[in-house]
Amino acid sequence: MRGREPVMVGERSTGAVIGRIIVYSILIVAALYFLIPFFVMAMTSLKTMNDIRTGNLISFPREFTLDAWGKAWSSACTGINCEGVKGYFLNSVQMVIPAVIISTLIGAVNGYVFSKWRFKGSETIFSFLLLGCFIPFQIILLPMSQTLGVLRIGQSIFGLIFVHIVYGLPFTSLFFRNFYVTIPDEIIKAAKIDGAGFFKIFWKIILPVSLPIFVVAIIWQTTQIWNDFLFGVAFSGSDSQPITVALNNLVNTSTGVKEYNVDMAAAIIAGLPTLIVYIVAGKYFLRGLTAGAVKG
Amino acid sequence: MASLTISEIRKWFGTNEVLKGVSLAVEAGEFLVLVGPSGCGKSTLLNLIAGLETITSGEIKIGDRVVNNVKPKDRDIAMVFQSYALYPSMNVRKNLAFGLETRGIHKDQIEKTVKRVAAMLQISELLDRKPSQLSGGQRQRVAMGRALARDPVIFLFDEPLSNLDAKLRVEMRTEIKELHQRIKTTIVYVTHDQIEAMTLADRIAVMKDGIIHQFDTPQQLYDNPSNIFVAGFIGSPSMNFIKCKLVKKAKELSVVLENRKGDSFLLPVGKADKSLEKWIDGDVILGIRPERIATGFHEQEGNPQIHEIECAVEVLEPTGPDTLVFVNINGGKVTCRVSPHAAKLPGESMKLMIDMSKALLFDPETQNRIGR
Amino acid sequence: MQIPMRNKLQNPGILHRIENFLPKLVVIPTIAVAAVFIYGFIGWTTYISFTDSRLLPKYELVGFHQYVRLFTNFNLFPPESRWSVAVVNLLIFSVLFIVLCIIIGLLLAIFLDQRIRGEGFFRTIYLYPMALSFIVTGAAWRWILNPDLGIERLIQQLGFGDFTFRWLVDSNMAIYTIVIAAVWQSSGFVLALFLAGLRGIDDSIIKAAKVDGASLPRIYLRIVIPSLRPVFLSAVIILLHISIKSFDLVMVLTRGGPGFSTDMPATFMYAFAFNRGSLAFGAASAVIMFLAVMAIIIPYLYSELRGTRNAR
Repeated sequence: MRGREPVMVGERSTGAVIGRIIVYSILIVAALYFLIPFFVMAMTSLKTMNDIRTGNLISFPREFTLDAWGKAWSSACTGINCEGVKGYFLNSVQMVIPAVIISTLIGAVNGYVFSKWRFKGSETIFSFLLLGCFIPFQIILLPMSQTLGVLRIGQSIFGLIFVHIVYGLPFTSLFFRNFYVTIPDEIIKAAKIDGAGFFKIFWKIILPVSLPIFVVAIIWQTTQIWNDFLFGVAFSGSDSQPITVALNNLVNTSTGVKEYNVDMAAAIIAGLPTLIVYIVAGKYFLRGLTAGAVKG
Repeated sequence: MASLTISEIRKWFGTNEVLKGVSLAVEAGEFLVLVGPSGCGKSTLLNLIAGLETITSGEIKIGDRVVNNVKPKDRDIAMVFQSYALYPSMNVRKNLAFGLETRGIHKDQIEKTVKRVAAMLQISELLDRKPSQLSGGQRQRVAMGRALARDPVIFLFDEPLSNLDAKLRVEMRTEIKELHQRIKTTIVYVTHDQIEAMTLADRIAVMKDGIIHQFDTPQQLYDNPSNIFVAGFIGSPSMNFIKCKLVKKAKELSVVLENRKGDSFLLPVGKADKSLEKWIDGDVILGIRPERIATGFHEQEGNPQIHEIECAVEVLEPTGPDTLVFVNINGGKVTCRVSPHAAKLPGESMKLMIDMSKALLFDPETQNRIGR
Repeated sequence: MQIPMRNKLQNPGILHRIENFLPKLVVIPTIAVAAVFIYGFIGWTTYISFTDSRLLPKYELVGFHQYVRLFTNFNLFPPESRWSVAVVNLLIFSVLFIVLCIIIGLLLAIFLDQRIRGEGFFRTIYLYPMALSFIVTGAAWRWILNPDLGIERLIQQLGFGDFTFRWLVDSNMAIYTIVIAAVWQSSGFVLALFLAGLRGIDDSIIKAAKVDGASLPRIYLRIVIPSLRPVFLSAVIILLHISIKSFDLVMVLTRGGPGFSTDMPATFMYAFAFNRGSLAFGAASAVIMFLAVMAIIIPYLYSELRGTRNAR
């Protein structure tokens, strides 16, 4: 904490040292609490089933094997299909990329208008759009599945892309608007006097400084869409399921012998992309999280 | 350069009237300063001149052209903003050139103009830097350069110096004045700082609550303010306003001042003429600037308008060249500007000379100037 | 050196208008999408809830029939209908989830705010579950809480031979397994909120308290934590919002079972609308969920928006 010294120098001695030890111990215990489940997943995924039956959660594998990973990727049974999660992983990739790009770009332009080109009623319209960030999606599931059917994109990846764009827009618009609000209006005024119009100001002045918020919005959308389960389970067909749905089917399969090592390998596969995003760009991830959640 | 004529402008924001019928005529080449406390409408007026806001009613003319519905870019104006509003992603060169590029000026011409302007403002070595790599003063110069490069008929300045530290502000003030003397383009300059207004302007419009209270040269504003607001706003330290009784004695009008001890002094304010009749034996506000209450004046001998009073010193504020002495007259605090060695200590009694030749009277009700 | 104006517009009137209209034109698609896919669909679902739609939507209105059905035998303690089970579960879940997340988040935030070496490292660890899908989290905890090979086995192997831990398959206890997994996933996020709040506190206030001779715990209890009130509010709202929407975790951990003992409104709605061919009944439960969320969010959003507008 900036400038908040723990205690006076004189008392630094034993009392303070013991205090520090306690603080660090608690922090380390907490770190273990958060890490152990992942450790368990990783260990389990590297064990044989025999090993699992005789060992326990945190025991090391007697022999390390990647068999479970191979099986999870290409031959595990998720429901009726037994082709691993590979195909569903690719479904998720195919779904995430276009949905993220389109929703982010539209959100950028929306944010630009709602912050720098306000018109009569635009604040109200924005508030109504914002409400879209909060609705429990159960309220739109039934009409959406009907509509997707009518549009002939039901049970397809296109349908999922469409749904994710539609319900991602309130978030991306909010991100960009809140970011652009911090750019002084005077810059826009100066550009207007300099003769630039709506699109020229966007291209030449706004976009070049938008990189940080693009990163935030892209990360947010990527994790949201990748991690989505509700839309996936409600709107996908058997060949367009995203990885989350496949993982759920895998761990909930009640036929045959439960292979927990395969489950855990599949779970790590499903979690890896967003985990990598988090580790690489944690700062932006956090910013999106707080911006998306606190303000909107 | 062009003249600027503003007639009966009104501006409403929703149900809020920000400008209540403002009229101004600025001659070509003139340096006009709009000054007033925050919220007085001066920045709105500037935005209206720039075309960044639309006027509710009234008319703005630049030269002979009515520009009410002309877009900012087609008004041939340039503006310098308080936050400088430099384009953050562009270097200085691009910032200067942007307005010319959007207007389709030829590249060679742009380059020449940028060079010339950069040289004029001594920012040639900064051309490849981004705004974030510049100091406050440098940003300010670039913002001015961007306006200069456009060579408009009117420059608009929106509090351009208020983000600078005190020393730099004074320096840039001088530079702006020099610049105006060199290029002689019409300037409309908004500030809340009366010293800036006094030092820069050919004429000043003092605004408050969406109304222009007085539009005049700096000296006229100082010597002949039309009401208490203007009198108090212009000048530092502020003019003293002393509530007192106006009495008539042998065809002479006087005001009555009383110190804390209860000694009273009769100070003549001129012959009894019709203009002040209404206030005789009633209350008036005496306005007198601190430098008119001192321990002595050069031309003091035999001057009938200089009078002596005696007051106890309450607080001292040395400023260096002068010391401000605060005394109590008629129950209110009065500032006097005396030479440092003549100032007495708090609690001590002190003889003060009041020069009534520059004293003003105001009506306590309407706050307007009365008499003379 | 007058600069020549190049773009003499042929018809400034029309171009002028188009340019003024451009910002609106650009957001019209979004507005239309929001109008149809958010507000239109809310209306549509509401309409369905007043019909007798089963497998396929029907559009003859039957009044409040579905709502009456929903609240027939609606008795929370003990819950009797499946809907009341869902509501009670939501209550249990949200109270525990919110309280535990806030306790863990706040304590860790305070400890992390003591000029900790490696603060970034700790924070990264505390927050990573937030990056995971609830499905992944659920899969992990489903394994950890496994009645035979999970924690039960671990403790038994540590020497407590008769230890049993079978909450996942115990209809009285299964709801708490969902709490465990949800708290693990979300408390890091609450920590981040509180940490941001702590960093926003004016240092001079704490210095002043120190000069006044207050001890560190006292400073936290009397000055720091009370000034985090807005963060508490945000955290509660967000967590409550997550609670009402929680669907993924239940599906992967227990599928609402055993029986329907871990049903929540979100899974209830899904089960009736998609699996049991009872569209109207599912729609009615969705409407109730929606109203509950709005009752929480709208006042919050209103005060937040008003706050930012005033600040501008």
